Amino acid sequence: MSDEMSKPFDKSALTHEELLKINRERKIQITAFACMIFLTLLAFIAVAMEMIAPGFTVPFILLLAVVQFALQLFYFMHLKDKDHEWPNAFMLTGIVVSTPAVIALILLLGVTKY
Amino acid sequence: MATATATNTNKSVLWDWLTTVDHKKLAVLYLIAGALFFLKAGLMAIFMRIQLMSAENTFLSGQTFNEFVTMHGTIMLFLAVTPLIFAFMNFVIPLQIGARDVAFPFVNALGFWIFFFGGLLVSVSWFFGGAPDAGWTAYVPLSSGEYGDLGLDFYVLGLQISGLGTLVSAINFIVTIINMRAPGMTMMRLPLFCWTGLVTSILIVFAFTPLAAGLALLMLDRIFGAQYFNPGSGGNPVLWQHIFWIFGHPEVYILVLPAFGIISEVIPAFSKKRLFGYTAMVFATLIIAFLSFMVWVHHMFTVGIGPITNSVFAIATMAIGVPTGIKIFNWLFTMWGGKIIFNTAMLCASSFVPTFVLGGVTGVMLAMVPVDYLYHDTYFVVAHFHYIVVGGIALGLLAGTFYWYPKMFGHKLNEKLGQLMFWMFYVGFHLTFFIQHILGLIGMPRRVFTYLDGQGMETMNLVSSIGAFMMGAAIIVLLINVVYSAYTSKRVTVRDPWDARTLEWATTTPVPEYNFAQTPQVRSLDPWFYEKVHGDGTMKPAEPMDEIHMPNGSILPLTIGLGLFVWGFGMIMMQMENPLIPEWIVIGAGVIITFGSMLLHSIHEDHGYHIPLDKIKKIEKEVS
Repeated sequence: MSDEMSKPFDKSALTHEELLKINRERKIQITAFACMIFLTLLAFIAVAMEMIAPGFTVPFILLLAVVQFALQLFYFMHLKDKDHEWPNAFMLTGIVVSTPAVIALILLLGVTKY
Repeated sequence: MATATATNTNKSVLWDWLTTVDHKKLAVLYLIAGALFFLKAGLMAIFMRIQLMSAENTFLSGQTFNEFVTMHGTIMLFLAVTPLIFAFMNFVIPLQIGARDVAFPFVNALGFWIFFFGGLLVSVSWFFGGAPDAGWTAYVPLSSGEYGDLGLDFYVLGLQISGLGTLVSAINFIVTIINMRAPGMTMMRLPLFCWTGLVTSILIVFAFTPLAAGLALLMLDRIFGAQYFNPGSGGNPVLWQHIFWIFGHPEVYILVLPAFGIISEVIPAFSKKRLFGYTAMVFATLIIAFLSFMVWVHHMFTVGIGPITNSVFAIATMAIGVPTGIKIFNWLFTMWGGKIIFNTAMLCASSFVPTFVLGGVTGVMLAMVPVDYLYHDTYFVVAHFHYIVVGGIALGLLAGTFYWYPKMFGHKLNEKLGQLMFWMFYVGFHLTFFIQHILGLIGMPRRVFTYLDGQGMETMNLVSSIGAFMMGAAIIVLLINVVYSAYTSKRVTVRDPWDARTLEWATTTPVPEYNFAQTPQVRSLDPWFYEKVHGDGTMKPAEPMDEIHMPNGSILPLTIGLGLFVWGFGMIMMQMENPLIPEWIVIGAGVIITFGSMLLHSIHEDHGYHIPLDKIKKIEKEVS
């Protein structure tokens, strides 16, 4: 049995529904990718344009980053999919644990130098 | 171990052990490696206690003492307790969840060998100009290129490598516990040791990554002339303390949570009662894990961060006392009204409870910022964390050793010698460390290699040293016990010598290579106990008897570890005065061995092998 595992096979074992689902998934991936490129372009433009004040640029880029982070997680890393409760839980734990640490470090090391 | 019938008999014993991917054999390897590192670090502690036995002693020089302090801490935390915990996790968790092996047997072996060679790299520093001497915390600027010698390079790269191995194993355990549970083994039926193993693994994933980052920064500073921690060039030395303790505080819980798990297995087994408040125990574990990431600044109260930050972290620290208290009371209530059998495992487990409370109480004392300014860097702190690590973790590991020994090696450890060891260890432990609280309060600073005459510290230090010798003698009794029992103890042939509750005792002794001929159907918490009381005393099978797919052994984990060792050593050679061979050759050789082995593993197709049905039936008849 184990010897046959390395043999190539010509006919896919997927059903028609599964193939359709994969096609749909592919479309979603490409859309998400295009969306993210657009967000990145916006960020670049915001930095490059001199007429946009830095007071606006910084929070704007941060907002874009948050949106893109969510898109990455949910679309590229499949957190939106079914049966992804465990990866979801781990990602959420990581965010919950690291956010206060990062904020504390920014405040302590960046502002008071301790 | 009589599993030889189940393995390929045409392999030599040594080759079999070097290439094994079997979780039970890797557990034994972890146990041996961890025990050796433990003995080494324990011996250093004895030497330090000899030095501190009398005032102005000249047994060790200050430099040697610093190296011993550093290596004692580093080895105990990274190379002794961590592998000992992994030994039990490796052996017990797949059995307790009813799995045939961990999720990735190859990765399991890889984790062991990377850890082992990383530990070896730290250890060889003795032969190349002295061990690291900046404390296990390696604070900059003590550990910077300016002040730290070559030993620190070994510390940085050795821990980097062994940390990689630990991370790899932890990820493996997370996947195993989540995906490999037997039918019916829901998360809320998971034995508590599996729960704490899971939470520990999660903590490792979240805590060892900052450590890896910090060590990488320190390596860049030391070897490649960066200045992350050099204030003269705009760096910040406090950054290291933050990174180290963001790792370092969860690390303490990484070590103690599996000990909690062991205690939570041993106490119900020998009280003949189910664990009191199982759900509360699980959630207390999760809360402790979460809080452990929110308290790192309490190690840095005296840095001068400011009163508001200090207060926030002080309160967060005290909050950890609440879930820990829940656990303590649950253990007490488990024992309350039980038919308690005080054998060695239970003695260790039950005495863990009051000892750990003492360590916890001093922990809350240390969490109060104003008095922490007095306690900071005194022996009070030393006493506090030794109550946690020796009175907590070491007693937990001893309990686990006596409890699981019959399953692991097929015979029990001698009870008389065991109880002698326990009492010597317990009395010695309190003698050593209780008096150190008082030493700290009268002002003896930690990490000093000597003290002056006439300051009232001689007697207490002498008492402390005598206690340390008793603990050393207890460990010698344990070693004698291991050898003595191997020759004289009766072979255990029954499945369940302790009349215990969880699934690992449903396997035959010795455990066959595939653990369960048929995956068991779990019907309750404490499934083995349930079948003994409500069923017919055997686990219901969840599948028909069929041939079993097993992974092949591989030497590649060892060569990948070896490659990383050579690579790391080459990096350290860049700092040496006159290396015998150019360092680039060594680095190149290491890179080629590491990535060559990985490439070999990628292109070599290995689908494992099948144990045929008649062979399984033969083995099952043989062992039962």
